[in-house]
Amino acid sequence: MDSVAVHSNVAENDQNMWEGGKEPFKASYGKLMMWYFLVSDAFTFAGFLIAYGALKFSVPTWPLPDFVFSSLPGGIHHAPLIFVTIMTFVLIASSVTMVRAVQEGHRENKNGVVFWMGMTILGGAAFLGCQAWEWTTLIGGENMTVTTNPFGTHLVDGVYLDDEHGHPYEAAVQPESFHAGQTYLIHKDHESHEWIQRRYKSEGGQVGVQEFGPKAFGALFFFITGFHGFHVFSGVVFLLIIMINAASGLYAARKNGYEMVEKIGLYWHFVDLVWVFVFLAYYLL
Amino acid sequence: MEHNDINHAKKVVFKGLILLAIITVLEVLIALFGNGHLVEGVHLSKWIMYPMMIGLSLYKAYFIIYEFMHMRYELQGLRYSVLLPMLLLVWAVIAFFNEGSHWKHNRSVINQKNQIGIEQMAAPVEQPAHQSEEVQPPSEH
Repeated sequence: MDSVAVHSNVAENDQNMWEGGKEPFKASYGKLMMWYFLVSDAFTFAGFLIAYGALKFSVPTWPLPDFVFSSLPGGIHHAPLIFVTIMTFVLIASSVTMVRAVQEGHRENKNGVVFWMGMTILGGAAFLGCQAWEWTTLIGGENMTVTTNPFGTHLVDGVYLDDEHGHPYEAAVQPESFHAGQTYLIHKDHESHEWIQRRYKSEGGQVGVQEFGPKAFGALFFFITGFHGFHVFSGVVFLLIIMINAASGLYAARKNGYEMVEKIGLYWHFVDLVWVFVFLAYYLL
Repeated sequence: MEHNDINHAKKVVFKGLILLAIITVLEVLIALFGNGHLVEGVHLSKWIMYPMMIGLSLYKAYFIIYEFMHMRYELQGLRYSVLLPMLLLVWAVIAFFNEGSHWKHNRSVINQKNQIGIEQMAAPVEQPAHQSEEVQPPSEH
């Protein structure tokens, strides 16, 4: 009985103490645990990205990102990396609005917190929308799946023997040529839904057909960007809950400078941080 | 006083936005220029492109952690307990990428051996015929 009473007294009287001791690193329990959760999450993402790197290093060719990611909404093609750059901007902007929300929290300005959290949620939702469009293009338009990667890469220089519809070139037509390291997309026939693997003749005189690209490309892309997208989605949900709580005056009553906003802020910046490396690994290198 | 503080803080945030945007654009420009999309026929070596892009990304990461996540203002113990474990990743990156390129090497060795195997399988058919031509003609004629 006595010890319980003392215990609750401590907790009530001294907000700076965890149960029975001083605050480690002068950080609150919640904030410190958020940091260590982020450490563990960083290792999870690092595991994915390192697996990606190891598999990329283990095959002779890898699809070129500036060929694979070159579509824009509205039927625009050959715009390498533009769309993903816009996505990156959106996420960075939402990170900046989150910083503003945390600052307004420190000032105990409820309306400011709610407004800037709302902007952050919009940014997160916009990013998710962009990702949905990117996935739709890859899956629906370009037939990439977890197990099929139609993005192959030439190992040699040569000329095609078949045109884009898989029919042999007519004698009068100048055949399309290609060089080693060039990435191509294997299309599906619109009517028969069969793959059109064009035949080619290498400079050495050997005849071959377009091969599919490394299988791991699709699986890694969907798992890594999907896992990141899932983090963004959970972040948006948590931001929404915390924004509603903030608007209801729950955190104002705690008088701790909207610490909950600060914690979700840490998480949100981490999501942005992970994107820096996903962007580097998947789209730049 | 407090008013000045928030104005200063806003300025820092705005600068951060501009800085991160510029670095991202720079990274994309390096990728596009290096792969020959901007100037026809001009390519950059991967040994120039990759360290630049990795360096810029690490700077972005540093900026997000230190400014946006306020790591700069935390105690040294917290900084170390969060950041030092990340050094393990340096080992992991080196070890696994090395392993990956070793798989590639192994595969090409296997391909070569398969190629030799095919040639050897083809050879016994050819060689006896060749030898018999040389050795046997006297007895036949």
